[in-house]
Amino acid sequence: MKDAHHKGEGHQEGHGTVYKYGMVINLDKCTGCGACMVACMAENNIPFRKEDTNDRLTQNFWMRVYKISNGGSFPDNDICYLPRPCMHCEGHGHHNRTPCVTVCPAVATDYNHETGIVSQIYTRCFGCRYCMAACPYHVRVFNWWDPKWPEGMEEYLNPDVSPRMRGVVEKCSFCFHRLQRARNKAYSEDRREVHEDEYQTACTQACPAGAITFGDLTNPEHKVYELKKTPNAFRLLEVLGTNPKVYYTSSRAWVRKAADVYVGKEGSGVTHT
Amino acid sequence: MSTSEEKERNVAGGEQRTEGSSWRFLVPVIAFFAGFLVFLCIGWGIFPKILYSEKQQPIDFNHQLHVDEMGDCEACHYFREDGSFSGIPKSENCIECHESAMGEHPEEAKLIDQYIEPGKEIPWLSYARQPDCVFFSHAAHVRMAGLDCMTCHGPIGESEHTRPYQYNRLTKYSRDIWGWNIAGIKTNTWDRMKMDDCAECHEENGTNQACFVCHK
Repeated sequence: MKDAHHKGEGHQEGHGTVYKYGMVINLDKCTGCGACMVACMAENNIPFRKEDTNDRLTQNFWMRVYKISNGGSFPDNDICYLPRPCMHCEGHGHHNRTPCVTVCPAVATDYNHETGIVSQIYTRCFGCRYCMAACPYHVRVFNWWDPKWPEGMEEYLNPDVSPRMRGVVEKCSFCFHRLQRARNKAYSEDRREVHEDEYQTACTQACPAGAITFGDLTNPEHKVYELKKTPNAFRLLEVLGTNPKVYYTSSRAWVRKAADVYVGKEGSGVTHT
Repeated sequence: MSTSEEKERNVAGGEQRTEGSSWRFLVPVIAFFAGFLVFLCIGWGIFPKILYSEKQQPIDFNHQLHVDEMGDCEACHYFREDGSFSGIPKSENCIECHESAMGEHPEEAKLIDQYIEPGKEIPWLSYARQPDCVFFSHAAHVRMAGLDCMTCHGPIGESEHTRPYQYNRLTKYSRDIWGWNIAGIKTNTWDRMKMDDCAECHEENGTNQACFVCHK
């Protein structure tokens, strides 16, 4: 299942080169510092609610660090931090089955076959939240309030990312605007390909431990190509067949096991905060 | 004689009676068309005037004069090194030529007195400004697809005066996005800048139709 990518490397289709952007997150390196979450919020104009910054249910995170535990008692206790962006599920077969895309009644989200990125169009979304129910990774978040920033902070908003209004769903876009920016540069230099270092997500660059690697999963020259094939690589809830493009690696067997649903043992020893 | 007169009177009377009843039948028809006309005038004449507000540009800019002097559009509307498009020039671009007056035109005097000497930016109103959710890459269209500026912006390079800037009072979007024809009829490619118009060309040229191509 891990090597289910049959598409050729960067082949031409229509106008542009076809990419399949994805991530490999090394959980052995992740310290749970949360720099990726902060970088993501700053990059993507994610509003924060001053009055309840500790209420994780009402905070909108595109990138969220979970803490999982093996549930053992000392000295066998072990914890692991698990950063979770959008998985940008590809699904299988010709009619791809990205869970959120198939349920959206407004066509406010789609799967881009040229980049492998699942979009979210805020002006089209009317907030029914079917996609939130469909997403097995709890990636999508709902704007219960109009965005508000402390005075003066509006000046620091990213002009490349459109702020969302109350009543719409939002989610991680793999910093798609950075790809647009990189493409702009490539076009001005008369080339269509975007180099690996030209397009990196904010969380990837912010991670002080270097736990996140980002790139084109189908391009052998990109680091993620080899990393996703390592024996310790796995994906979350692979059993559902969502075919996510975010891979994790961990040398610990219980972490790899916790990533999937095992009937009978469901939820055992896995907690998240 | 009298009988024929009576007959004529009767005929006339009969005609009068029939005329009167057909007139009564016409009243609602005429009322309908009168009302239709009134609402047509409101809908096509008065409503657009209410819907759009009008502003004048800070300076009456002569595009033709500048194109003749500078050569082409990219002399002022240039690409930056990172591939982004500069759009409307900043006053620092104007200073390159207009540090002091080059002629005696009152609009140039206005430029120097009000903006260049105090070091202020000219608050130009952008006709082609798209809503915030739209991503548009000039590099992709001009450099890669080889489109002419005219295709979207029209013959603005031939204008001698700036036209008034109209914007929708509700959305605050420039009228150029919807188009100047209130019925939305377009005869030239630059008449409208709605999503349908982008999609039309993208479809013709086989561009990827995914949302994230143009949205952000």
